[in-house]
This record gives sequence, structure tokens and C-alpha cells, in this order.
Amino acid sequence: MKKLESTLPNMAIVLTSIAVIAGLALGYVNSVTAGPIEDIKAQQLADGIKAVLAADELTVESPDTLESGAVVYRTDKGVAVQATDPNGFGGKLTVLVGFNSEGLIQGYRVLETSETPGLGAKAGDWFQKGQKGDIIGKQAGNLTVKKDGGEVDAITASTITSRAFLRCVNSAYEALSAQGDAETGASVQCKEGKEESNE
Amino acid sequence: MNNSIKQEQNELVRSAERENHGAMLNNIKVFLNGLIKENPTFVLLLGMCPTLGTTSSAFNGMSMGLATMAVLVFSNFIISLIKNLIPDMVRIPCYIVVIASLVTILQMLIKAYAPGVDAALGLFIPLIVVNCIILGRAEAFAAKNGAIPSIFDGLGIGLGFTFALTLLGACRELLGTGKVFGLTCFPEQYGALLFVLAPGAFIVLGYLIAIFNKLKKA
Repeated sequence: MKKLESTLPNMAIVLTSIAVIAGLALGYVNSVTAGPIEDIKAQQLADGIKAVLAADELTVESPDTLESGAVVYRTDKGVAVQATDPNGFGGKLTVLVGFNSEGLIQGYRVLETSETPGLGAKAGDWFQKGQKGDIIGKQAGNLTVKKDGGEVDAITASTITSRAFLRCVNSAYEALSAQGDAETGASVQCKEGKEESNE
Repeated sequence: MNNSIKQEQNELVRSAERENHGAMLNNIKVFLNGLIKENPTFVLLLGMCPTLGTTSSAFNGMSMGLATMAVLVFSNFIISLIKNLIPDMVRIPCYIVVIASLVTILQMLIKAYAPGVDAALGLFIPLIVVNCIILGRAEAFAAKNGAIPSIFDGLGIGLGFTFALTLLGACRELLGTGKVFGLTCFPEQYGALLFVLAPGAFIVLGYLIAIFNKLKKA
């Protein structure tokens, strides 16, 4: 077959039809994969809530989205809060933090991250129990890295990620206490006490 | 009379066989050419951005290489099929539309069916669009050759790229953290973090290019 000549109508028709075909193909694949992607996200969230509260089985009451963008999931085993910080090293960082009835950190999981693989992406393990930057069992609200005068060991060569991560944890705690009702009254008091002692 | 017709037929069959054989040999040559002689990373020095950016560990390098290879094979195949329909003056935009669509499709499929891979390198997948290896092969090979050789070219170049990225990632991971594919070779505190960071990528790549070219000449 002879090659089409580069006349204006030829070029316009070819480019348009290729774009239309590509658009149709994308639309089709999107419609096929949208369902599974949603399922996986929901599954990851459910797994995350279970993991951060260290419970195999729990019932989630309806999620509550706050103005700050944080989402509070109340369960019968504790509260999980999803908080986002826009200023990670690679962009948005979303962390799910579990709090026990005293408002102490019970567990966390990084849900969404754009941090550098091999560096900031270590945040998923670094702050877990027994690791270098262990924050489990600590009182959130005022957590900062050692460089900023805090008590948490930042990820090696990833201070910006560590700061963003702790901002997530702190704002998760703030969301929890801002939403404080009878059930979390204890944790609100706890936070106030902590702030006083810091001053 | 009959005899001469038979002879002619036989010769036709034989020459067809020869052609088939030649085509297969040619495909293998195209494949090896991409893998070694024109290795995209060590010889052509194409696609340096993902090469340096994604090879902080052997696994990341390998995944990036395989994802690129998948896109490269399909883009080479599709472009070689439609090459005669594309007027010369708009060929680059047409190639880019094809490549970008393939990458987006790949990204959606990975997100839906391989969430583990997505977590490891979801961020890098969109970068494949701007990988000049893919556009380069579309322009240099697929636009001038048939569909089958183009697939082999995609496989060869893709495997060459995967090989280079895995090797680079393994060296950086080993020197930086004492591990290869997550398996500890020596304790992490003896590793030089420099090699996981960007400057280490340049240093290791430089040495690997030198070694590869020395071996290739020998």
C-alpha cells in the first residue's frame, strides 16, 4: 500500500480518527477496570482499618468526612482516621491512623504515597512498632522529628517525608478530638493535658 | 513438459522455505541486535530519565523494564500496521497518541488486576509515555518494517532495557543498602546511601557503560 500524502485534509482526518479510536479504546478499558479498581480500593481501606486497629473483625459505623478532609471511621474496636498532607516530597501523602480508647496511636498504614522508592517510601515500615521511628503507643498531636526538636527519628535522608507523615498523624488526631463526643471525651482531655505539659 | 512444471513448483516451494527461514533468522538477528549490539541503555543511551530515576532497587528497575517492554512491543506492532495510513508530517503526534493510549491502558490494567505492582511503581508508569526509546523505535524501526520484525525489535530492545535496568538497580541496591532483590548480602550500615540517591545512579551507570562496551568489543 502506498503511503498517504501529507495534504491538509489527509492529516486532519488521520490524526482525528486515530485520536477517536484511541479514545474509544481507553473508554472501553476504563469501563472494564473501573469496577475492580473501586473494589481494590475499598478492600485496601477495610484491610487498613483492621490492621491499624489490630483487630481481625470489626464493624465500621458510617464514615464521617470532616471539613479538613480527614475521614473518621468509628468502629467497635477503636477509631481509625484517614488524613492527608499535600506536602510530601513527591506530592500527596495519605495515612490511616488507628487510635485506641485513650487516644494513643495503635497503628498506621500509608494508603496513598508518591514518595521516592527506596527513601521516603520506607514510611510504610519505618514508624511501625520496633522500627527506628516507632510511633506506636505514642500520644499524637505534637509529634515532630528530632531535627525539629521532637522525639521521632526521621527516615534517613527523607526528613521532608517524615515531616509530612507526622503532620498526617497529628491532623488525624486533631480530627479525632475535634469530633470528640462522649465516646472520645477521654482523648480530648488527654490532648489538653499534653499541651499543657508541653508549655 | 510435466517434469519441468514439477521442477518449477519444487523450486517455488524451496525458495518459499528459504524465505521463511531467512525471515526467522532475520527476526532473531533483530532481536539480538536490540538486546546487545544496540542495547538502548548501554549503547544507544536512550531513555536515561527512567533509567536513572527508577533504578533505586533491582525490583523497581526490573518492573520498569518489563512495563516498558510491554508498551514497546504493542506500540511497535500497532505503528508498523498503520504506518502507511499516517501522512509523514503528522507521524509524531500520531505515534504519541498511540503510545500514550497504550500506557494509560496498561496503567488501568495494572491498577485493576495487579495492585501489588501498582503500589511498587504506579508512579513511574505514566513516565513510559515520554520514554524516548519507544518513540525512537517507532520512528527508526516500526515505521520502516513489517509487523512481525517490529514485534521482535520491541522484544529485543525491551529485554535489553529490562536487563540494563535490573543490573543497574541491583548494583545500586547492593552498594547502597547491602541487599539485592531484598535479600541481604551484607549489613545495611556498611552500605553507602549515595548509591540509592541520584548521584549514585550516574556513577554506577558510567561504570556499567564502560564495562559493557569493553566486553562488547572483546
